[in-house]
Amino acid sequence: MSVTEAFARVLSRSGGSSRAPTLDTSHNIVLYLEDISVSFDGFKALNSLNLYIEAGELRCIIGPNGAGKTTMMDVITGKTRPDEGSAWFGQTIDLLRLTEPEIAKAGIGRKFQKPTVFGSHTVFENLELAMAGDKSVWKILFARLRAEQIARIEEVLETIGLKDHRQVLAGGLSHGQKQWLEIGMLLMQDPELLLVDEPVAGMTPQETEHTAELLVGLAGKRSVVVVEHDMEFVRSIARTVTVLHQGSVLAEGSMQEVQNDPKVVEVYLGD
Amino acid sequence: MSPQQSLIGRLLLNERGSRYFLIVLLGFALIVPALHLLMPEGSALQISGYTMTLLGKYMCYALLAIAIDLVWGYCGILSLGHTAFFALGGYAMGMYLMRQIGTRGVYGDPILPDFMVFLNWKELPWFWHGMNHFPIALFMVLAVPAVLAYVFGWLAFRSRVTGVYLSIITQALTYALLLAFFRNEMGFGGNNGLTDFKELLGFELQAPGTRVALYLASALALGLGYAACRYIVSSRFGRVIEAIRDAESRARFIGYRVEDYKLWVWVFSAILAGIAGALYVPQVGIINPGEFAPINSIEVVVWVAVGGRGTLYGAALGALLVNYAKTWFTAVLPEIWLYALGALFVGVTLFLPQGVVGLAAKLKRSKS
Repeated sequence: MSVTEAFARVLSRSGGSSRAPTLDTSHNIVLYLEDISVSFDGFKALNSLNLYIEAGELRCIIGPNGAGKTTMMDVITGKTRPDEGSAWFGQTIDLLRLTEPEIAKAGIGRKFQKPTVFGSHTVFENLELAMAGDKSVWKILFARLRAEQIARIEEVLETIGLKDHRQVLAGGLSHGQKQWLEIGMLLMQDPELLLVDEPVAGMTPQETEHTAELLVGLAGKRSVVVVEHDMEFVRSIARTVTVLHQGSVLAEGSMQEVQNDPKVVEVYLGD
Repeated sequence: MSPQQSLIGRLLLNERGSRYFLIVLLGFALIVPALHLLMPEGSALQISGYTMTLLGKYMCYALLAIAIDLVWGYCGILSLGHTAFFALGGYAMGMYLMRQIGTRGVYGDPILPDFMVFLNWKELPWFWHGMNHFPIALFMVLAVPAVLAYVFGWLAFRSRVTGVYLSIITQALTYALLLAFFRNEMGFGGNNGLTDFKELLGFELQAPGTRVALYLASALALGLGYAACRYIVSSRFGRVIEAIRDAESRARFIGYRVEDYKLWVWVFSAILAGIAGALYVPQVGIINPGEFAPINSIEVVVWVAVGGRGTLYGAALGALLVNYAKTWFTAVLPEIWLYALGALFVGVTLFLPQGVVGLAAKLKRSKS
């Protein structure tokens, strides 16, 4: 690190409350995963995985069970540390040095496969909790919702179609509604990169269609990575598809190209 | 509930349980000392000093129960070692009271408490210095439990020790302190503990006025402690700790530093327990290592479960009910008490998962 860089770093540290540097996507790439390997008791969940996500892109990731999709998400969000490789968020943020809350703060939001909303809080409170902002203990202890924050929550309630359920306890929502609430919580975090794990599992065709619209609408402003099994859904939203197999990338390209790739047909689409 | 409402609004207007709790507490605080001081001896309305002090003791217990409910009911941390903080607060107060005895002790040493003279010690251990000053003792009442809780919590929560494992190490903590305080070399009076107190701030401990003042101080501490906890749980901080209780890793992924939240609520709870212990000691007149016994901590958890956890007032109610039952049982059928306590816990777990408060709410729902 050069002297000026170091100086800039010190300045940014004393200036902002955030320790991580701000996201820099000047090379038009928002996420770099290079040579990532993770093994659990000898089983290689990820095997020198290389993945680049462009800023504003909507990327779908498919692959059979055990291909490493969830482990990849875990590495990006700091839940699992890789044995080897590097993971960068933009040009400046080294994900492997940050904790889960720091990564969330830096701008990566995640929706889990199984919807985990806070069941004993209302829909409104779930969104309030997920809201971007200073999440240190003292700030939160004396936090009051400002008018523009309430407006933002109302806006998201509208987007996810739960406006009439704002005072309902999240534990009592239907499965599809919980999925939507999760997406809403993701939106409240205002992330630059959204990781969405199986967004339409258990949704009706109508709900699926809404979700597709929502995700397509988000791409451009933000980058979205979707892991999904539902091929119909992937086909309806994907521009670029990455196929994972045994912990590394098997093929990448448009849905058309991937579908016609003989390797892919063999391991995944064929059966 | 609108998050814009003021603290007082939230405490008194919105929440019926809080309103009842604070009104009943105020009633007790005013009526009991009045009846004790004003009614003539032998009158049916007279409340004896014994009864008043017993109620004051229950109030200390209620504050301890609220402290446990804050971490257990709202943040999911089941502490089976909270009386460690209670006893440490009590010991800090006990040290001050010991130093006030002065030459009135059995050996009449102006500086050294009796047990030190008995052990042939020539000078005061370093940690007894300054404890004859009330402000310093008061500071220690708050600081000792807080520092211990901070160190313990920092280690435990950072290593992500949760659930039953955390409960077990809280038991180990209080058990280790029990063993340590039993030792004469520790300088806390060994198994006899600290007792034979004479005065507090220059007032005779046995004088009716002092006892009324201690009773009122306990009621005040309970009221303020309750209000502080109620503020915490109805703030956004409260919603965050509940979120941690329900889905810890989810809370982490939306950007909350879970260990910070757990640590601060844990330290605050320990301070409340320490205050409760400090008010308890001058009213019962003794503090000994028995207060650290793991069974005591478990008993407090039973109070909270009986009253209904996650409500705060339920914890206070449970402390009152179980201790009243205990006082009655140990007077009438002393050998039965532990069985009764065990049966109570099993019964509550099986039939009243929400405690007495939950039962009351259920009965009301079914009526309407």
